Amino acid sequence: MSRAERLVLDPIGCRGHGVCAELLPERITLDEWGFPLLAPGDLPAGLHRSARRAVAACPARALDLDVERH
Amino acid sequence: MTAVLSPGLLAAGDPTLATHLAVHGPLRPPAPDAVADLAAAHGLTGRGGAGFPVAVKLRAVAGAAHAGRRRAVVVGNGAEGEPAAHKDAVLLARAPHLVLDGLQLVAAATGADDAVLAVPGPVVAVLERHLAERADPVPVRLVAVPDRFLAGEESALVSVVDGGPPLPRSKRPPVRERGVAGRPSLVQNVETLARLALLARGDRRAAAGVLVTRHAAGLPVDVADVPLTARLDAVLPLATGVQAVLVGGYHGSWLTVGTAAGVTLEPAELAGVGAALGAGVLAALPEDRCGLVETARVVGHLAEQSAGRCGPCLNGLPRIAAALQALARPGPPHPGLLADLGRWCGLVVGRGACSHPDGSVRLVASALRVFEPELAVHASGCCRARPGTAPFLPLGSGA
Repeated sequence: MSRAERLVLDPIGCRGHGVCAELLPERITLDEWGFPLLAPGDLPAGLHRSARRAVAACPARALDLDVERH
Repeated sequence: MTAVLSPGLLAAGDPTLATHLAVHGPLRPPAPDAVADLAAAHGLTGRGGAGFPVAVKLRAVAGAAHAGRRRAVVVGNGAEGEPAAHKDAVLLARAPHLVLDGLQLVAAATGADDAVLAVPGPVVAVLERHLAERADPVPVRLVAVPDRFLAGEESALVSVVDGGPPLPRSKRPPVRERGVAGRPSLVQNVETLARLALLARGDRRAAAGVLVTRHAAGLPVDVADVPLTARLDAVLPLATGVQAVLVGGYHGSWLTVGTAAGVTLEPAELAGVGAALGAGVLAALPEDRCGLVETARVVGHLAEQSAGRCGPCLNGLPRIAAALQALARPGPPHPGLLADLGRWCGLVVGRGACSHPDGSVRLVASALRVFEPELAVHASGCCRARPGTAPFLPLGSGA
C-alpha cells in the first residue's frame, strides 16, 4: 500500500499571503493577483516535508494535504 | 409560440390541493429505499443546473446520515437567482403540491425529520396557505431567500436556511455531510422534486421532460414543459430574424443559429456542441441586437454578483467584465486586450469554491466564438445593434 499526498486549497480561506509559494516553489506559484496556483497531481517523493511546512505556515490555514491510500 | 408541450408538471388548472388531487391523484408513499431506486430506474437528474443524478445524491445523504448517526435535513430549492429564468417561480405558482409531495418523498428516502422549502420572499405567504391544507408526515418550514444570483447555490442556500448570508462556503466538508444545522443535508431543485412526485405516481415521462424559460423577440417570455427529445428549433422559433441562441442562462453558452437548429435538448447532444440546459433558459437573440453588448452587460452583472470570497473570482471577474465592455464599444480595442481577457479567463476557471467563475467564463468564451465576426465590425468602429434598442436579456428581478 502506498500513500499518495495531494495539496488542496480552500479558495475561500486563502487571502493570498503567498507564504506557500515561498516555501514550496516546486509546486506552488502565484498568479498576477498574488493567489496560489497549485501544480496538478500528487506530490512527488521528496517534497513531503516542505509541503507539510508550507501547510503549517499558511496564516489563513487554507492549505491542506489530502492523503489517499491506494 | 410553437409548443411541443407534454401535460404533466403544469397540467393542473389551478394550484389548489383539490385540483392537484383531482388531476394527479393521491401520492402513495413508496418504501424509503424505493424512492432512490425509482429515480435511478428513470435516470432522473437534477433540474437546478448541474444535472446530477438524483439517486446518487439521495443515497449519499442517506449514507452520511447513517454513518454520522444524525437525522438528515431536506431542502427544496426554489431560489432561482438567475434573472432570465422563471420556471421555478411558475412551477411554485401553478403546481406547489407536486413540489411539496416531492419534498416528502426525498425526506422519506433520506430518513429526514426536517424539511425546508426555500423560496423568494414574495411567495412565502401563498405557499404558507398551500402548506396549511396538507397533513405531511415531515413538517415543512418555509424560508425566504434573498434575490441574489448565487443565493440558490447549494452551500449559499444552506447558509440562508441557517440564518446566514446568501454566500457560498467552502466545499469541505460537503453539504451532504454537514449542511443545515451541521446535519447531513439534501438540496434539490423544486422542479426535480415535482418530477419525482410524478414518477412516484407512475408517470414515466416525468424524468424525460424539462421546464424551459423562453425568450424570443415579439413574444411574451414564457415557461414550457418540453421533452428532452424535442429539437431546439421546435421549442424556440429560430427560422427568421435570429442571430444566435443562448442556452442554459448566464452560466450557459451562446450557439450559432445553425448549431442550435441541429440539436435536441438531450444533455449528451447539447454537451456535444459545448452547451448544457443549466437553469433551463433558452433565448433567441434578434438580428438587430449586438451579442457583445448583451454579453458585456450580463457579465458586468455576474461580476457584481460574485460573492467576492475567492481571490481569483474577486480579482478576475471585474477585469473580465471591463474587457468585455471595452470590446462591446465600437472602435479599435486596446492592443493586447484579447490576450489579457483570455489569460484572465484561464486564471479564474476551477479556482472558486463554487462554479460562478467557471460558469461566467463559459459564457464569455462562447460569446467570443459566436460573435467573432462582430468583434471585427467593432474594431472598424461600427456595431450591428440598432441605436436606441433596449437590452434583450433581463438583469435583476422584473428587468
